[in-house]
Amino acid sequence: MTEKTLTPSPHTEPVVFTRDMLDWLPWIEPMAEQDMTERHLASLVDASRVKSPYFRLLARDPDVLEARTRTDKDIFYNPEAGLPRAERELAAAATSRLNGCIYCASVHARFAATYSKRVDDVQRLLDEGVGAKLDERWDAIVAASVALTALPITFGPQHIERLRAVGLDDAAIADLIGAASFFNWANRLMLSLGEPATQG
Amino acid sequence: MTDVIDTLVGIAPGSKLDAIRANRSEARKHAQASYTSLFEPRDPAGVTADERHAIAAFVSGLHGEPKTDAFYTAKLPAGLRAAVAAEVAAAKSKGPYGRFPKGPLSAEDAPGPTWKVSDANRKTLGARLPAAFEHTHMLVFHPRDAAAPALQSLLDAGWSTTDIVTVSQLVAFLSYQIRVVSGLSTLASTL
Repeated sequence: MTEKTLTPSPHTEPVVFTRDMLDWLPWIEPMAEQDMTERHLASLVDASRVKSPYFRLLARDPDVLEARTRTDKDIFYNPEAGLPRAERELAAAATSRLNGCIYCASVHARFAATYSKRVDDVQRLLDEGVGAKLDERWDAIVAASVALTALPITFGPQHIERLRAVGLDDAAIADLIGAASFFNWANRLMLSLGEPATQG
Repeated sequence: MTDVIDTLVGIAPGSKLDAIRANRSEARKHAQASYTSLFEPRDPAGVTADERHAIAAFVSGLHGEPKTDAFYTAKLPAGLRAAVAAEVAAAKSKGPYGRFPKGPLSAEDAPGPTWKVSDANRKTLGARLPAAFEHTHMLVFHPRDAAAPALQSLLDAGWSTTDIVTVSQLVAFLSYQIRVVSGLSTLASTL
């Protein structure tokens, strides 16, 4: 028998980019917790993610979920050298803003604001979009994220030159490439397998 | 075990980029593990190797990054080459476009087409791939237009819920891998 998509229960759809906490409601059935094997549970990496319908849905293909998650964690959480965490998060938020992932943007705008303490600048990126004027360094990071996200990809030596001019070394530039590219992965899953909902 | 990103970018052992990637060794290892789990899975489950390679060649063709495109096109079954090439040529677009939820963001709407596989190639691609290609085009160029009916189209074409997760991961992972190859190649050209 052909399966059917889910109809999310009544909720309010966020219609602006926000730093508020949002929920995410799946359009196809996540695994039920009681049906998950050791392999499925291990693929979550963080045991607490068993409460998340998003991760229980992705756990249907556990090998790729686990590899995805471990890639994600190293790109964003590895504290050694490279781009400061706040600016990895900025690249994630800018990519999500351009692709239109309100859920992803909310999470990573919160992180960017927390780690940079530049709440107003992060909010301006959400409100005005990727053309917002922040400062030279952040504008260069946002512009590079946009150029990597656009199709055709327009990222070129001129972006690297601009990043170097605002103080990024090669390791920081590689981190930026990793963060913006990773959100082209994450945005597509979040946007296409379910929808965001305001909390409360 | 060859690292696909290193190979495509041309990162030689001992080079500057090799050292930079070594500082993110978990990301490097698990980007490769993502590739392996999608293209050399322990258990292909509901998505065949030919289907995986056909979708990958379509995604890489749409991105037009020459090195990844050549890599995935070479893996295509011979019988699908002409059809995939023709569909890539017809489907290529600019992105990201799409609509936002109705409200203040509507001012930023950039509506664009929902692409369909040509009648000529529908038969060659078989029962399930045309729906997957149409979904892939949306994911690549206008992911914010995604909605539940797009997933219903995949279910109706014979993809299971678990298959949809695998296909979505495949397209989304390639959206990452292709950009990393493009970005690191550009960085390498300036070193």
